[in-house]
Amino acid sequence: MSTVLIIEQVLNGLQFGVMLFLMAAGLTLIFGVMGLINLAHGSLYMVGAFAAAWVAGATGSFLLALAAALAAAAAAGALIEVLVIRRLYKAAHLDQVLATFALILIFSEGTRYVFGSFPLFLDIPAYLSGPVTLPGGIQYPFYRLVLIGVGCVVALGLWWLTARTRVGIQIRAGENDREMIAALGVDISKLYTLVFAIGAALAGLAGALVGAIQSVQVGMGEPVLILAFVVIVIGGIGSIRGAFIGALLVGLTDTLGGIFLPELFKLFMESGAATQTGSALAAMAAYILMGIVLIWRPTGLFGARS
Amino acid sequence: MKNTILASAAAALLAAPALAEVKVGMITTLSGGGAGLGIDVRDGFMLAIQQSGRDDIEVVIEDDQRKPDIAVQLADKMVQAEKVDVLTGIIWSNLAMAVVPSVTAQGKFYLSPNAGPSPLAGQGCHPNYFNVAWQNDNLHEAAGAYANTASYGNSFILAPNYPAGTDALTGYKRTFEGGIASEVYTQLGQTDYAAEIAQIRASDADSVYFFLPGGMGISFLKQYADSGVDLPIVGPAFSFDQGILQAVGDAALGVVNTSQWNKDIDNPTNAAFVESFQEAYGRLPSLYASQGFDTANLLISAIEAADVTDADAFRDALRAANFDSTRGDFAFGPNHHPVQTIYAREVIKEGDVFTNKIIGTALENHSDAYAADCKM
Amino acid sequence: MIPERAINAAVICGLLAVPIWAVMADEIFTITLTTRAVILALAAVGLNIALGIGGLVSFGHAVFFGLGGYAMGILAFHAQTFTPLDLGLVSVNGTKSMPVIWVVATAVSALAAWVIGLLSLRTTGVYFIMITLAFGQMFFYFTISWSAYGGEDGMSIYVRNGFPGLNTLVPIQFFGLCFAALCLALLLQWRLRGSAFGLALNAARQTPERVETVGLNPMRLKLLAFVISGAITGLAGALFADLNRFVSPTMFSWQLSGELIILIIIGGVGRLMGPVIGAAIFVALEHWLGGLTDFWHVWLGAILLLIVLFGRGGVIGLLTGKAGPHV
Repeated sequence: MSTVLIIEQVLNGLQFGVMLFLMAAGLTLIFGVMGLINLAHGSLYMVGAFAAAWVAGATGSFLLALAAALAAAAAAGALIEVLVIRRLYKAAHLDQVLATFALILIFSEGTRYVFGSFPLFLDIPAYLSGPVTLPGGIQYPFYRLVLIGVGCVVALGLWWLTARTRVGIQIRAGENDREMIAALGVDISKLYTLVFAIGAALAGLAGALVGAIQSVQVGMGEPVLILAFVVIVIGGIGSIRGAFIGALLVGLTDTLGGIFLPELFKLFMESGAATQTGSALAAMAAYILMGIVLIWRPTGLFGARS
Repeated sequence: MKNTILASAAAALLAAPALAEVKVGMITTLSGGGAGLGIDVRDGFMLAIQQSGRDDIEVVIEDDQRKPDIAVQLADKMVQAEKVDVLTGIIWSNLAMAVVPSVTAQGKFYLSPNAGPSPLAGQGCHPNYFNVAWQNDNLHEAAGAYANTASYGNSFILAPNYPAGTDALTGYKRTFEGGIASEVYTQLGQTDYAAEIAQIRASDADSVYFFLPGGMGISFLKQYADSGVDLPIVGPAFSFDQGILQAVGDAALGVVNTSQWNKDIDNPTNAAFVESFQEAYGRLPSLYASQGFDTANLLISAIEAADVTDADAFRDALRAANFDSTRGDFAFGPNHHPVQTIYAREVIKEGDVFTNKIIGTALENHSDAYAADCKM
Repeated sequence: MIPERAINAAVICGLLAVPIWAVMADEIFTITLTTRAVILALAAVGLNIALGIGGLVSFGHAVFFGLGGYAMGILAFHAQTFTPLDLGLVSVNGTKSMPVIWVVATAVSALAAWVIGLLSLRTTGVYFIMITLAFGQMFFYFTISWSAYGGEDGMSIYVRNGFPGLNTLVPIQFFGLCFAALCLALLLQWRLRGSAFGLALNAARQTPERVETVGLNPMRLKLLAFVISGAITGLAGALFADLNRFVSPTMFSWQLSGELIILIIIGGVGRLMGPVIGAAIFVALEHWLGGLTDFWHVWLGAILLLIVLFGRGGVIGLLTGKAGPHV
């Protein structure tokens, strides 16, 4: 296995991780501020992808499609926050799990009702497509480099938002003591709707960006959702920094595991069986990683110690 | 035992005012991510029933949600409550494996419009089980044969890590005479293929064979087209059917895939089918729709020739396959799986619509590798 | 308001009356549906011991359900193919006998619950929910690629396993077996809640510190509850596999774990009969809505949402007018 291939795979792992971060950032923000487990986050990802595909089909513009994804997901997020989620903040985790599970059912089948049962088309715009040659002669798709860039910009933006702005101060204060900041005159319910819409918009953005290189179809959100949960649990729930590190860890584990585990098993097994065993273990790798982290640190890498 | 006698006596009483002469139970996937295939099979099937003008065939349709346990439960319902004579409709091999052995053991007929898992073609074959589509390996074997004629010498092959995936790669290797550069199993439902594409780039292969049905294929093709790797790719029709081609777009143009059916197969039945399907549903038919259509026509031909209550005569009538297939001539092999010609197709663009065009024959009168194991 | 005891009696009578009516009316499929509800209820009764009494929100109980199913699948598969099951040191023959299968299913599930519990109980709250989910996913992906036992295709068992003295192929007789198992599990849960162990466990859920100060180890109490819970769900898995004569990795899916939780919430968390009512309603909805429209998931979702938002305490909570224990 050549160094070039290994570097390329590491890049792939990073890119996957960055995409997971976009999902996980919203989840962890919502959990950190409102203490809510939102299983329907994957549905917002799907809403973003469908909105983007629809607008791109109608206008032909990828930038408009991205804007539509952000707007549609944020709007859907704000809508469910006002109608449903708001009533769940004080409820048990159990009720939150059930209610947001119900939302998944409604979103998935509702989308199928509106857009039909076949996948939609969404493609990379011409100016972002094709491979570029990196130093060392690595051929790498330009779009994936853009994805890594976008993810990093969003991570920085979130850090800036939470650490440097007034809203950020309110958000952090809300995490610690919601009665107190309400008493200080901050409209807590508006703040919650805002945070939820931001988280939803991030999911929608991820859906649109990923939708361009994957399949825009009903149910696309659930596999990513589960991995995003793995990410925030590894990172420590509520921590943006933890989500970023967790996302990169999971992205790298998943990608590199898929490549190297089969090779590893080939050292002492017959080739066909080695590929199968290796792939099976690779599919479990992210969850095994999470298990190990939690056994070592029961509240994740950067989670609040109880 | 007492219960059973009681039950059949009651059944005889209830069945007295015959509503329909033949009752068909269709269990297929109508909700969730894989619904497109089930809807196509159902629409093709119902189109043929309508066109026959018969009012003595009653079809009960149920949604299996692509869950094996739901499919089994529905099969129980079809047999126990609906008392159907014939079952059909299942799309996925794992659901077929859950349902078919049990319903055929209960004396019902099962006509498969899509799945053809190898156990049901070999040792687990059954006189009441007829496959109207293909044995699962068929299209992959055809792809291997096509790769030979295209003089590929070294293929990189990949499929998801589940039984249909291993069958696919086995099928390809069975007919392909060149070497295998690498054999890769991906995760089921995987959406990102960057790592595999990097491996393809790094390999010394001169061609790529992939089996990634549905959304997985869409993702792979889009990412492959964007990667700058330009090795020719070959796949079975499952990643290139009419339902998903529009979602792949330009990335699929020119790719060769194998199928037992295409809309340009030149025979009057097929021409009429393509036209009437478009008229009825406002979209081009897929191969799944053609399979549903053929299944219904096979059933109708058997109903015309024999009474469904006379199982032996009905079975013989099914075996004769005396109907006009959209594929032209149609015949069953000894294990009740089709013996058919499989074509190589190329993805083209007709106006704004992506579709397939036949470019040659991959395998002529092809049977399957398991027929010899079938003792019935 | 109706006393809970009356509701409990009504539920048991209803569960018995429906299949008896079905036999009279020759509605065999209704028996199959009721059996399905009874088995799902049994699985949820298992979960309810961990969740309702112990406060352990396990999002991975499909692990035990699946293990029970695969215990049945593997044993019956070796029996129907006449191949010995090679366990490394010894090789044993498969079996088609339900009692043997049940013992193996509960034992394997209990063992798995012990290991998973030992590792997971170090965490609490959302972390516990997620780590149990992770274990579920591990088993799911493992079985998908485990080609020896069918991988994603699963395994078909052609004839339902036998029980001495009964003909399990007759739907009502198989229903009777499942119903008996459910009653035993309910009895166990009822006795458990009144026992010293149950009281201590209940206390450990509310204030672990107090339990510790009286010299009990809350961790061990919870682990024991988790093991009992897993074993019961495992038994349900074996029965479910026998109902369908089929096992597949979907028995390990996270959606199934979610469904088990849903059953409990519909009926009422921590209530003796909560899972039973929940399962009956869920199976009925699934059957009835599925017949109405292709898009029935939307309506199912809407109903679930209404239950969470307005029916705190589930159906039993509504009927008795008392909210259940807070988890």
